[in-house]
Amino acid sequence: MTIKETGVGASILRREDARFLEGRGRFIGDIEIPGMSDVAFLRSPLAHARIASIDTPDDVADRVFTAADLSDVKLVAPASKVPRHRIVAAPPIASDRTRYVGEIVAACIAPTRAEAEDLVEMLAPDFEMLPVIASMDDALSEDGPRLYDDWDSNVSMETGFDSGIDEIIAKAPVKVTRVLDMARQAMVPLEGKGVLAYWSERDDQLVVYSSTQSPHQIRTALCQALELQQRQIRVIAPDVGGGFGYKAILHSEEVIVAALALKTGRPLRWLEDRFEHLTAGANAREHRYEMTAYADQRGRVLAIDAKLTTDGVAYSVWPHTNGFDAIQASGILTGPYDIGGYRVRTQTVVTNKPPLSPYRAVARPGACFAIECTMDAVARAVGRDPAEVRLDNLVKPEAMPYKAITGKEYDSGDYPACLRRAMEMVADAPQTPAPGRLLGTGYAVYTEHTAVSTSTISHIGIPMMPGFEQAAALMQPDGSLELRVGVQSHGQGMETTMAQIASQVLGIEPERVILRHGDTGLSPFSTGTYASRAVVMTGGAVAAACDKIAVKLREIAAHLMQCETANVRLEEGLLKGPSATMMIAEAAETWHFRPYELPEDVLRDGLEVTGGYRPDGDKGPFAYAAHAATVSVDPELGTVELLDYVAVDDCGTRVNPMIVDGQVLGGVVQGIGTGLFEESPFDDQGQPLATTFADYSLPTAAETPMIRLDHSETLSPYTRFGVKGVGEGGAIAPPAAVVNAINDALRPLGAELCAVPASPKRVLGAIFDAQDRAKADLETTK
Amino acid sequence: MKAPALEFHRPDTVQAALAILAEGDGAARVLAGGQSLVPMLNLRVAFAETLVDIGAIQELAAIEDAGNHVRLGASVSHARIEDGQTGDYFGGMLGHVAGNIAYRAIRNRGTIGGSLAHADPAADWPVAMIALGANVEIAGSNGSRKLPVDEFMVDVFTTALQEDEILTAICIPKASPKLRWSFQKMRKKAGAFGEAIAAAVHDPESGLCRVVAGSSAIGGPQRFTLLETALQDGDVDDDAIRDAVTRTIGSLGRYETQIHTVCLRRAIEEVRT
Repeated sequence: MTIKETGVGASILRREDARFLEGRGRFIGDIEIPGMSDVAFLRSPLAHARIASIDTPDDVADRVFTAADLSDVKLVAPASKVPRHRIVAAPPIASDRTRYVGEIVAACIAPTRAEAEDLVEMLAPDFEMLPVIASMDDALSEDGPRLYDDWDSNVSMETGFDSGIDEIIAKAPVKVTRVLDMARQAMVPLEGKGVLAYWSERDDQLVVYSSTQSPHQIRTALCQALELQQRQIRVIAPDVGGGFGYKAILHSEEVIVAALALKTGRPLRWLEDRFEHLTAGANAREHRYEMTAYADQRGRVLAIDAKLTTDGVAYSVWPHTNGFDAIQASGILTGPYDIGGYRVRTQTVVTNKPPLSPYRAVARPGACFAIECTMDAVARAVGRDPAEVRLDNLVKPEAMPYKAITGKEYDSGDYPACLRRAMEMVADAPQTPAPGRLLGTGYAVYTEHTAVSTSTISHIGIPMMPGFEQAAALMQPDGSLELRVGVQSHGQGMETTMAQIASQVLGIEPERVILRHGDTGLSPFSTGTYASRAVVMTGGAVAAACDKIAVKLREIAAHLMQCETANVRLEEGLLKGPSATMMIAEAAETWHFRPYELPEDVLRDGLEVTGGYRPDGDKGPFAYAAHAATVSVDPELGTVELLDYVAVDDCGTRVNPMIVDGQVLGGVVQGIGTGLFEESPFDDQGQPLATTFADYSLPTAAETPMIRLDHSETLSPYTRFGVKGVGEGGAIAPPAAVVNAINDALRPLGAELCAVPASPKRVLGAIFDAQDRAKADLETTK
Repeated sequence: MKAPALEFHRPDTVQAALAILAEGDGAARVLAGGQSLVPMLNLRVAFAETLVDIGAIQELAAIEDAGNHVRLGASVSHARIEDGQTGDYFGGMLGHVAGNIAYRAIRNRGTIGGSLAHADPAADWPVAMIALGANVEIAGSNGSRKLPVDEFMVDVFTTALQEDEILTAICIPKASPKLRWSFQKMRKKAGAFGEAIAAAVHDPESGLCRVVAGSSAIGGPQRFTLLETALQDGDVDDDAIRDAVTRTIGSLGRYETQIHTVCLRRAIEEVRT
């Protein structure tokens, strides 16, 4: 094997797959601790209520815990530097008032989950209903109820930006306005959330297994809540079956289980079930974009004027607060386009809904949906092909690095070439609609700041500060390598890609490398896996650690070969001196087992190192892509069939192209879910209406066409190997591409859809509106 | 989402099952494929002190060619019907209906009797069985009885079944080779319950002519006798169907009216051409 076959750029099979495919993974639900009990929760059945009392039968009182039992647990409060951002941290257990359906009111402990649920049923809570704020419109209603008695409104955060657009507006011949809605949705990782905690006397430590993306973050939060030293809590994320952001927040259940494990001295476990996930778990989004584009006669967009309203729910999650959607979306709303004027106002309101979590790509699918549907509307207004209008507006490759009007620096890439490639691929596979169906194709292009930078976060001031990223590397006596990292791999295939990076630097086979991850007891600190950051940050740190190991190996070899270290090269896993060659394992074995062959002052600190990474100038790589969807619409029923999907992306160097394909494919299918199917609706009393998979529609294989991929590789000038993140990108463009395709299909009917998911009801609604308009027009002309 | 403790029985005769049901005094439930009842028990929205699993009763799994009709035991799975084990007396209609219920994993366990007895308003079998003029056989401690499916389906999640009775079989009168049928199911995605279902059936030889629709929105299966004449005699346009929908069901929202009208029209058109 050569490095080319195992290092950066090789599509080797995923090393973690065997255990997952054969059911040998070890998830929270697989872990048994002797004496362990299960926890079930009494949750609020009402969206807004005062808790008058909770009656607990005497004979079970020692197994039931309410807010009063956790009075010594400190509130873990998120923070924000955004001026006048009002945030309220969720108490782990509601004490006097519940603010969403599913909020925890009591915890019950029993040997099994079923028995714990029996205990829940024995409790008799008495709630007094309060008026419900069930929607953003409710929240903004002048005379409606307030969620917090001491607030003068239900507005939690307002932000704005104005580059100065009045002159542009005055001169622009074309003005296009659209209101675009993105629904609230659940995140639905294959494995739900889970936590298991017990006190380990010998280690003087609370051991917390959590299905999390960010073990160190959770440790920090639990230390605050329980007033323990950081050394006294070990958070272990075992195998984690998908996160998507849902597991990058602190969950109340984590605090409760940890606190009760301490209080009772018993190992305790809670496993989220689907009902809890869909009704009480944090969910995502619900944005309204009021977009006005000003353009010239050719559709060259001169300025965007936008207003964004987001549903900021009842409480702010730790560490992200409830402001991330508005902050991120408003910071990237001009997308991959060269737009000279931009004004935006955002408003985040509070409602009686469960917590809001960042979800794969966070606000980017919403921002992309807003700008890309607006771009299509501009093209329609000037009578040009939307793809051609895009080509005129995209940032040109010669402008790179390009400073966007929002202040972001797009580092590298050829956006127009990417879109042209997608257009070619669409042209290569023409589709034919069934009789009576309408055919349409839609495009969406995005650029994505991957590996979120320190300044991005420090500027908004949330208590999660990415910066230095580290990896520990230990070379064993036989030349095999152990890497320990603070990020957590829950579908990204890092056990493979990080081994490939080590293989690239050291020339050893990936089979001789193991990645240990997701355990605060093993690894250097990390803020965790999120924001498409691991391959950039941890990949950079792993390479740096391996560089250090390489120097040490060359030093050992130089002594053994009696030459200068500078004259020893490490190539393809061999240490080559002027007159001799030796294997890495020989050098490692000599240091461990034959110190007498080495002088005393050589490598006293051994073959274990920590390598770090932090980008120069705090610069982040921008990955980008062009997507194209082709749909067939049944104009009588409003049903949409996806016939073809094309995604052309550029994430710089692909460490493992097969894994990149997997990330893009999975992301696209999630994005198709956002675009066509997924929705968590609430009624006017704040009751969740999609409580099982019978009502919450996820895309499946039957709804997914063969997704056709292509890639270009424009190396980032700022990262090791030129990599850019790719974990989220696939999910960004599909809602926009799908809706643009539907609108292309609906064009002969004069109908236009401005909301996702594009359910049959919404599609038919757009058609009905067009019919009503036509009818009204006819009557006026009469 | 775990059911409370309950007693579980798996008798091997209908008589034994009836005895347990009678003993249960209203707190015993029959378990067939469990594809609806088990999740409902787990969600604690359905309750049972005793479950009587009829899966081990061989005669309930029988498929019988009984002269002028086909007799399906109540615990015949959707998958067996999808795979054609019933014989084809209905121009492929049974296989088509079965094969579009939920997903194969559910069809492997879910049963036609369970579906009828559960009476989910959005279920497929009640619509299809009413369209084909099927009857159900019911066994009780006081003997057995037979009912047309449209009388068996009483309301949303409500049938004519008494607490101490078991649905034992479905008898479908054989159609002639001239049977024409259409089963239109509009759904959000493969595997989902229908938002609107419409079936039209016409057998000029036997005289069977039925138009049936079903969905949660319209509260379960409904015969559209107004359209049955039209199916045989003449043209029907959207306005006539929309009118029939309103007259049969009452006023619905614009979306619901539209999808039921379109499904009914497509069903009728497919049968007529």
